[in-house]
Amino acid sequence: MSMLELRQVSKRYGQGANEVDAIADIDLAVERGSLVAIMGPSGSGKSTLLTIAGSLEEPTTGDVMIDGARLSGMSRNDKARLRRRSVGYVFQDFNLLAGLTAVENVSLPLELDGISMKKARAKGMAALEGLGLADRAESFPDQLSGGERQRVAIARAVVGERSLLLADEPSGALDSVNGEAVMRMILAACHGGVAAVVVTHDAKLASWADRVVFLRDGNAVDETLPPPSPEELLNPEVPNPS
Amino acid sequence: MSIRHSLLALLSEGPKYGFQLRQEFEMSTGEVWPLNVGQVYTTLQRLERDGLARSDDVEVDERQKNYRITDEGSEELSHWLRTPPDLSEPPRDELVIKVLVASRLPDVDVYEVIQVHRRYIVQLMQQWTHLKEDESRFDLAFALAVDAELFRLDSVVRWLDAADGRLRRAAYEPAPENPVALPSIHRRTGAHR
Repeated sequence: MSMLELRQVSKRYGQGANEVDAIADIDLAVERGSLVAIMGPSGSGKSTLLTIAGSLEEPTTGDVMIDGARLSGMSRNDKARLRRRSVGYVFQDFNLLAGLTAVENVSLPLELDGISMKKARAKGMAALEGLGLADRAESFPDQLSGGERQRVAIARAVVGERSLLLADEPSGALDSVNGEAVMRMILAACHGGVAAVVVTHDAKLASWADRVVFLRDGNAVDETLPPPSPEELLNPEVPNPS
Repeated sequence: MSIRHSLLALLSEGPKYGFQLRQEFEMSTGEVWPLNVGQVYTTLQRLERDGLARSDDVEVDERQKNYRITDEGSEELSHWLRTPPDLSEPPRDELVIKVLVASRLPDVDVYEVIQVHRRYIVQLMQQWTHLKEDESRFDLAFALAVDAELFRLDSVVRWLDAADGRLRRAAYEPAPENPVALPSIHRRTGAHR
């Protein structure tokens, strides 16, 4: 069973002559342990797709399933619970709460889910440790560098037993070395069994994914083939397809 | 890739045998550019002929010759490192030509042509990135060489994206009735012509 599945999902905004399809008839399945990148220019529907996949927005038609649970029949409360427990988001601008320390930011979603403060904090610390940030746990966001803030945001997205990570341009304005570090962390989460979807216009980031889906005017127009093994690239006997 | 100057660089660290030079060359380029041993010996002979390196003057097997850099060789290396490669002339890029041709042909969907190339290049980038992902293979020279390849391919994807956007915009805007002749910019640029 896929961790995330979109079946014929469309989102329409406006009415009559002003009607616009933000995304149209999208089919997408993301398995546990895999990283899928959605590439496309601005206005291609990438962010809409991600907010619908994360149940932050309702599709106009079609079905979204998270871990086998169909979102369309669910109450608002059930959806919110599913989001808190299963779905982590990483946004371009990190969205950390300025008044909370790094570890408080990370453990907040667990506390909101009713886990005791002590337990939530321990899990938050574990997530920060996993990303090499244990010594910054008590720092406030404005005391952290851009790269550190994004690592905190990733820790918050994977804390607890969350199994679906959704990231919108996760390297934001970071330089390419820090951007690579962000993708390595997302990939590490995938190796731990998380399913991840990253939307980006940056081919260097997208190339970390197992599969890249190309979005254009709301339609999934194409996708990459499964990559060959690294050995094939370094082995001169394999003919170059160009 | 200048094998000649890379070998000079390795010799500037101290005298070395041909076989050793080949191994060190491959390691220093992160094994991204394999080199056959024949290329190494031919290059060493030329370096010697040009007075940039010399070997022990004993008549032994090529494999056992020990090479060292000469003063002229050191000077040549220093000069080469600081000479920018000639990037002033745009290369005849086959991909650019294909997109330009596709954009003129009425029966061809240029966006589909662009996407075919975009997908192919992103797939190539995935392969390079997967090499980087394997940390057991990681070393600094390798990472730098792979980055160079990724940045080169990324610039092609960005050009395709820009071409895509520009063509879409042009489709909505009428072409000017009397197109202005393009200034011949390339004739005025470039230091090494």
